[in-house]
Amino acid sequence: MYTVRRFVLTVLLLTALLLTGGTALRAQPSVITPPVVTAADIRFMQDMLLHHRQAIELASLVGTRTRAPQLRTLAERIAVSQSDEMAVMRQWLAAHGVAAGTSATHDTSAHLGHGTPGAVAMARMPGMLSPAEMRVMRASQGARFDRLFLDGMIRHHVGALVMVETLMATPRAAQESSINRFVTDVDTDQRAEITRMRRMLSSGR
Amino acid sequence: MTRSPSLMRQVAVTALAAMCAATLAHAQTARPAPSAAKASITDPRYSLRGGWTDAQEAISNLTLVAHRDRPEGFSNPADAGDFAFVNSDLAFDGKFAFIGGYHGFQVWDISVPANPTLRLAYACPGGQGDLSVHKNLLFLSVEENKGRVDCGGQGVEAASSSERFRGVRIFDISDIDHPRQVAAVQTCRGSHTHTLLPDASDAANVYVYVSGTGGVRSSTELAGCSNGEPGTDTSTARFRIDVIKVPVASPQDARIVSRPRLFADARTQAISGLWQGGTHGAGTQETAETDQCHDITVYPELGLAAGACSGNGILLDIRDPANPTRVTEVIDRNFAYWHSATFSNDGSKLLFSDEWGGGVGAKCRASDKMTWGANAIFTLRNRKLTPQGHYKIPAAQSDVENCVAHNGTLIPVPGRDIMVQAWYQGGLSVFDFTDPRKPVEIAYFDRGPINPAQLTLAGFWSAYWYNGHIYGSEIGRGLDVLELKPSAMLSQNEIDAAKQVHFAGSNPQVQQKLSWVPSFAVARAYVDQLERGRGLPAGQVTSVNASLGLAEQQSGAARQAILRALGTRLTRAVATARDKPRVRALAATVSGLADATQ
Repeated sequence: MYTVRRFVLTVLLLTALLLTGGTALRAQPSVITPPVVTAADIRFMQDMLLHHRQAIELASLVGTRTRAPQLRTLAERIAVSQSDEMAVMRQWLAAHGVAAGTSATHDTSAHLGHGTPGAVAMARMPGMLSPAEMRVMRASQGARFDRLFLDGMIRHHVGALVMVETLMATPRAAQESSINRFVTDVDTDQRAEITRMRRMLSSGR
Repeated sequence: MTRSPSLMRQVAVTALAAMCAATLAHAQTARPAPSAAKASITDPRYSLRGGWTDAQEAISNLTLVAHRDRPEGFSNPADAGDFAFVNSDLAFDGKFAFIGGYHGFQVWDISVPANPTLRLAYACPGGQGDLSVHKNLLFLSVEENKGRVDCGGQGVEAASSSERFRGVRIFDISDIDHPRQVAAVQTCRGSHTHTLLPDASDAANVYVYVSGTGGVRSSTELAGCSNGEPGTDTSTARFRIDVIKVPVASPQDARIVSRPRLFADARTQAISGLWQGGTHGAGTQETAETDQCHDITVYPELGLAAGACSGNGILLDIRDPANPTRVTEVIDRNFAYWHSATFSNDGSKLLFSDEWGGGVGAKCRASDKMTWGANAIFTLRNRKLTPQGHYKIPAAQSDVENCVAHNGTLIPVPGRDIMVQAWYQGGLSVFDFTDPRKPVEIAYFDRGPINPAQLTLAGFWSAYWYNGHIYGSEIGRGLDVLELKPSAMLSQNEIDAAKQVHFAGSNPQVQQKLSWVPSFAVARAYVDQLERGRGLPAGQVTSVNASLGLAEQQSGAARQAILRALGTRLTRAVATARDKPRVRALAATVSGLADATQ
């Protein structure tokens, strides 16, 4: 019975191939349901929310510690764009029935509000700065702060790109349209900001 | 559209803008517009009641002659703004309007424009779904990660898969009811938009300029794709476009023939030679890095193309279609993201649009600058671009309506540069940019927000003129067909003259030269313009109108004689007329009409 069915299927497939010249195999059903979000998508959004939170925390350090107006502008822009994106992620998570930051997949030992998640979450969120690194940055001023900030923020952004890459390398992930677009935007924006920060770093700003 | 729907970049830059002491040095930088200009909150478009199917409408100097909802299976009844079902761009061929979209494409029979009928709704998901038609071939842009070679909707199982498709699909639509995918050319960044370029000297081939803006695929999925930085990775898939050559008779042989580095520095050849991204100083817009084109408009008769390429507007020489080269480039301190371009018919002007906020932000609020998220108009002379003015819809929109400049085309009114343009939930706007420093609105159509409770993606993606009507592709609502109504700013004669221009088909990113067969409507359109602009003394306008009226009542030799005399009179009048070029155009039309009279 099974082999007969398989035979029939094969014949049908071959016929379709012949009829369509080989590329389009599928007849038109009346309604097609698009791919849905996956667990990996949801976890990505939750992690990225925390990741963004630390970027904003980093940006908030700039105010009194730098003498470079360019750096201040950059930090303001990072803070604005990432807090916009955080609103998007919260809205997205709510729309998918998931509360932000309360998922069981998260390392609950972390103090999320302080941007210092525990070891499990850290592994999923490359580029996050450790509490010690944050302390050093808080304690620094002027040119030394500028360099630490740019180094830290570049590493943080590169981490976000790695998170995107990891998601894209996960089967069935990032196929639902809204997350596909969000991920593309994060990648584009952070990549552009990395370029800008590297330029500032090499020009001594 | 370039941004995810809820990414509302309500950037605090408007505050900074107030501090702006705009001093401009660069010769090719747009000058600041008067800061006093503000979007109107007394305009009827500002406070329209919202709703998906029952929103309040505001309309001026237009008639909505037909509306059709998106077909079944092409929308999510539970979510008007579901990205998977967004309606996108439009193309035309004969009696058909093709609407692209994230879910596939639709074919509407517009034989009777007031009664469009759905001929085909073809599901083939993958977004953006921009499309073009050339002879029996339909081209479709695919960029999403879920795209499948076989058009299936289920997505792709493996992270790296030969089943995934991102690039340009080619369908044979000889049988319009049964499109047959005959080729699918994969690209590293997929295809956000594409532009067809027919080769005038070689009808056997057509070229496709592919603009990819998505993430770069892994080299395990598509060999040769790399996402490195321009300084170290000379083969990076960024900083280029892809050019596909399609043999029309054997489209299955379509392939990428070049990957031009359009942004290369002329001197150092560094591939990232244009705008590096960032602001232009205090109070200016933050402009994206030039590492991609969003859209390219080709004007084959001029041998030129205009690329709207994220951080720059660029002018291309396309006489060798496979190897476009950059002629010049511009920046504009008001632009966030260079999105699209339109030439004036005579090629003396070039209009670029800025998609600030990516099409998903509310950027037409009363607090938003009139030069941001607008069109920038340049004059084009000796292949040099010089900034003139900006145009943005004069009506403010609410903060739940995504709104920014988007896709449009020229309206073929002789003697004027008039364009219809989509502004997402800002509606569609018809405006005149004959005077590039003082563009002015002529007509509009707008609906209230699709969802008054929350910013939800909707509005006009494209609004194009095609053979006498305006067709709008509404992201969440479907197809709209409109007709121009005469007003003080546009006469019935001018509308009649525009309706006289007929094309066998239209892919709006391929600009076709407009020309007008001499007729009474064309002559009267010029006369109306001379009267409106006082280009000819009122007495002369009256006598020209009288002669035209008389000529039309006559036939044969009598008509010809009247027209000949009028033509001679007008040619003589050029010398003393205020608007010499227009009187000359009128004289030529009248003489041409005389020649054509039997």
